[in-house]
Amino acid sequence: MVEHLETSNDATITLPRITDRIPTVVVDDAHVIYRVHKGAGGGTTPVAALRRLVKRTSAPNVQEVHAVKGVTFTAYRGEAIGLIGSNGSGKSTILRAIAGLLPVNRGAVYTQGQPSLLGVNAALLNDLSGERNVALGCLAMGMHPDDVARMTPEIIEFSGINERGDFASLPMRTYSSGMAARLRFSIAAAKKHDVLLIDEALATGDKGFRKRSEQRVRELREGAGTVFLVSHQLSSVRDTCERTIWLESGLIRMDGPTDDVIRAYEAFANKK
Amino acid sequence: MADTALVDPATGLTQAQLAARHGLRVAGERPSLTEYSRRLWAYRHFIAAYANAKLVASYSNAKLGQIWQVLTPLTNAAVYYLIFGVVLAQKEIPNFIAYLTTGLFIFNFTQSAVLAGTQSISSNLGLIRALHFPRASLPVAATLTQFQQLLASMVVLVGIVLVTGEPITLEWLLMVPALLLQAVFNAGVVMVVARMGSKSSDLKQLMPFIMRTWMYGSGVLYSVSLFNRLPEWAATLIQYNPMLVYIELARHALLEQTPLLNESLTQLWLVAAAWAMAAGIGGFVYFWRGEQEYGRG
Repeated sequence: MVEHLETSNDATITLPRITDRIPTVVVDDAHVIYRVHKGAGGGTTPVAALRRLVKRTSAPNVQEVHAVKGVTFTAYRGEAIGLIGSNGSGKSTILRAIAGLLPVNRGAVYTQGQPSLLGVNAALLNDLSGERNVALGCLAMGMHPDDVARMTPEIIEFSGINERGDFASLPMRTYSSGMAARLRFSIAAAKKHDVLLIDEALATGDKGFRKRSEQRVRELREGAGTVFLVSHQLSSVRDTCERTIWLESGLIRMDGPTDDVIRAYEAFANKK
Repeated sequence: MADTALVDPATGLTQAQLAARHGLRVAGERPSLTEYSRRLWAYRHFIAAYANAKLVASYSNAKLGQIWQVLTPLTNAAVYYLIFGVVLAQKEIPNFIAYLTTGLFIFNFTQSAVLAGTQSISSNLGLIRALHFPRASLPVAATLTQFQQLLASMVVLVGIVLVTGEPITLEWLLMVPALLLQAVFNAGVVMVVARMGSKSSDLKQLMPFIMRTWMYGSGVLYSVSLFNRLPEWAATLIQYNPMLVYIELARHALLEQTPLLNESLTQLWLVAAAWAMAAGIGGFVYFWRGEQEYGRG
């Protein structure tokens, strides 16, 4: 944490330490263009669809979105980086590119190990009990069955879903959205990740859970991982991240210590 | 690979050089085939747990619960027997009930595996986007779920076969390799349809019709001797139809007197093994080649 502040202020002091800083994510001039379906609109009649099939042209209601337009940065081991910006600025897109779920059209993204993306949409099997979902999620992350049996009570304890009765043995479809999100975060946070990408997941829990999860993010980081946090809640970025990248319309507007970046971002947002 | 002029001020390296120096890999890169197979094997516990969970979940809303695992094939057999055995009064085949149910249950194994497999990627996007595991786990688990269903059906089938007066013979043991070969064949086909179904949802609409056509070409509901009336090329085609082959193997193992299209038993086993190998390996390689595309979009 301290190291990073030093590099941004005084390069000469940190020069010998540079060998200690191991990059975990290197993003090199990445461009992401994805295609979205506009949904029903003009030219969606069966006849038009058949003509497209014959002529092999793409549907007219598909639009290309240039979401990330040349982003370059390096993240190092032990860093927690906040990503802020207005809606549609490309924050989530760049996370998905780092996770390898969206291809970059130009440039490259290099990562150490396999980054895990933790979003609020990470659904497991809703017909199964919370307990079985924990076991399944842990196995899906590649844990050994013995470890899973040992970790399951800890994970359920951490998620706090049993605070109001024995919810762990009930199917997940009976959970409130906050409870389900808490359980999902707890499952993903149970494993040590080289790179953990969190997309708005911390915003869902109540205050007590948010405190615990922020603590967990700090632990994950100390366990030599890198954590990315996308959030619109500037307070949770301020509490967990010491470095922040501000994206605006697919470009990096600012990259530096959280306090500086958030101050500039707030000035920008208030002006709008 | 982009070659940018942007250089890290502290180290004097470009981003690409920095990544190479610390051994970073391109995000979302596809592993080699051997590495992929190794990873899939490492995830065997997940595959088993997931297959089991799906089986439990599929009955979790039914009052009778897991009993449906046995009731479904039984009801199925009853309906088809009513139509083809009673209404159309099939006389040609001795012990028609056993003939029909054997074919039905064996075909149903492939049919439900393929139908589940078509959606095994598209219905699990949440899981795929959240966690990293070899995606082939999902179609393999779909096959395994149906294999467990098949074992329940086999209990029903053995009951029907015994009640209709077939003797217990050593040949019954041949069911084990026959079902295993069919399971490998299914896994391969499921991986193919899983990749195809991950791109276009049109396949899901089409699949029931394809499967029904396949069923009529596999001699499930009527005597296979009917196929002899076809022109020779069509009869040969049907003779090598993998589903017909697996059904004939099961009928040969369980039933004493039953019409078979393939007279040579050796040939039947060779064709069954060849189909399992071809579909198993081909399907796996085909699925692996699409590995980095699943969950995108």
